[in-house]
Amino acid sequence: MLHEQVKRTLDESQSTPSYWAISIRRLLRKKIGVTCLVIIALMYGSGIFAPLVTPYGYNDQDLSNTKQSPSLTHPFGTDRLGRDNLTRIIYGLRTTVIITVVTLATGSLALGITLGLVAGYFGRLVDTFIMRIGEVSSAFPEIFLVLIIVSTFKPPITRWVRMVEDLVGFDILSLGVVDYLVISLALAIFSWFGMARLVRGQVLQARENQYVEAARSIGASTPRIMLRHLLPNVMSPVIVTVSAGLAAVAGSEVLISFLGIGIQPPTPSLGLMIFENGSISVLRSDPHLLLFPVLTLSLLLFTFNLLGDAVADAFNPRAR
Amino acid sequence: MGQYADASVVDRIREQRGLNDNIFSQYGRYLTNVSQGDFGESFKYRGRTVSELLKKKMWVSAQLNLAALFLSISLGVPLGLFAALRQGTFWDTGTVAFTLLGQSIPVFLTAPVVLLVFALKLDILPTHGWGGLFDARVILPAIVMGVPGIAIITRMTRASTLEVIGQDYIRTARSKGLSEFTVQRRHVLRNSMIPVITMLGFSLAGIAFTSFIVERFFGIPGIGNLFIESIFARDFPIINAVIIIGTSMFVLANLLVDLIYPWLDPRIRLGGSYAS
Repeated sequence: MLHEQVKRTLDESQSTPSYWAISIRRLLRKKIGVTCLVIIALMYGSGIFAPLVTPYGYNDQDLSNTKQSPSLTHPFGTDRLGRDNLTRIIYGLRTTVIITVVTLATGSLALGITLGLVAGYFGRLVDTFIMRIGEVSSAFPEIFLVLIIVSTFKPPITRWVRMVEDLVGFDILSLGVVDYLVISLALAIFSWFGMARLVRGQVLQARENQYVEAARSIGASTPRIMLRHLLPNVMSPVIVTVSAGLAAVAGSEVLISFLGIGIQPPTPSLGLMIFENGSISVLRSDPHLLLFPVLTLSLLLFTFNLLGDAVADAFNPRAR
Repeated sequence: MGQYADASVVDRIREQRGLNDNIFSQYGRYLTNVSQGDFGESFKYRGRTVSELLKKKMWVSAQLNLAALFLSISLGVPLGLFAALRQGTFWDTGTVAFTLLGQSIPVFLTAPVVLLVFALKLDILPTHGWGGLFDARVILPAIVMGVPGIAIITRMTRASTLEVIGQDYIRTARSKGLSEFTVQRRHVLRNSMIPVITMLGFSLAGIAFTSFIVERFFGIPGIGNLFIESIFARDFPIINAVIIIGTSMFVLANLLVDLIYPWLDPRIRLGGSYAS
């Protein structure tokens, strides 16, 4: 009798939707959330499948058709070398998308969560060490240090990639991989600390719970406790922070490219396009060259921000 | 120096610049010079020292940044107070919507749109160049740079004011018969400014970074324009100098904020003694 009752409660508890399912459903119920997801999916999709979506190559020059206004064949017009503006914007979006994802995955998620978990769980010297390094690195303005890192690390990495190129006999440099790598690396170095501090704070609370003690008492290993017991319990603020940080990373990438240290031509990037056309004379003669990249960027950042708010609402455990 | 340069000339110049010394003594010399305000000679502008180039441009940028900071404080704080004191009304919602927009629209968009509307279409304000703080040409860039700051400061002020209004000491102040103005100025404003001032260091940094973009768009001869120019010309002495000065100013600004803290809020004392 009792046995059956216990079994039934267990079954019921299995069938109740998990925290993730509830949160995602709550996000999808909101119109703003869905709209943002659709826009971002469209932008990411066209960025990832850029070679398939775009009618032209990003470097196809047509010198008889320079600086055209928007038309049917070139929806966003052409630039001063007759390259299709829409194509270049889509490839630029791809750059931003790749760098944003790589930076967040390596910096905030991998580095930030690991260091935060370690600092929070072990405490004492480890904690002090990690947190002091983070505090020192966050006391300096990010863009300047990214600039230094990019300019000092790029030559050795380029040399290294050349060596690999010689070995495999395949042209890697022209893909712009080095730029992607160096910029993501540099941005990641400065984006881990916020996440680490957050995770550490959460872990400090979570590790005092009885389930951690229980897990330890039945002989669970430290990595297992950290990954299976602590990590799932600190994930909700992590998700919120990541979605709120998307816009900042994308913005930094564009600013770096605008300053001329990011993506190098001919690889298209939104920041570079804005820089090239960012003058009053272009604005006077052919405003489409400046306005389309700028509007795309604004749409991306605005959507990121709105999505961040929607996610924060949906994933907040206190708001149910 | 081209590839056909005379070897003896190369040697002479290496000797003259001290490039034959070992790397540590070169670095030591650079540090000594920097600490005395000497950043060496620009690569691009031959024969002119970096400090001489920077001094003029820094003054321009400083004026512009201060104008933008002044704008964001003088509009942001009253707006935030205004919204918080009318919480839940149409005015509050409107202000919050405005700040959301102001925060998420990048300067990359506001600068060209403002230029397009006010300078090219309406033709009421001048667009290009610099004529000092009391020239019409400062208006547009200052507004463009100020908008994100206004948005952030408004949000911060609103949030902290809402928190302060709910405190007991505000009720006490009202119940002992102080006028509404005194309550708001002496009790609400003073306490709600604490988190806002913490943000000031960071907002100044934010404004300084947008000045790279804005100076470029509006053709203002400031640090931002010089910096971008130097990056493209690989003019390393100038790049180094801008980074060193910028970073130290950022750190100093945050230190200053920390030092102002206990003066604003006697509850926070550096050194953290809980005894008294």
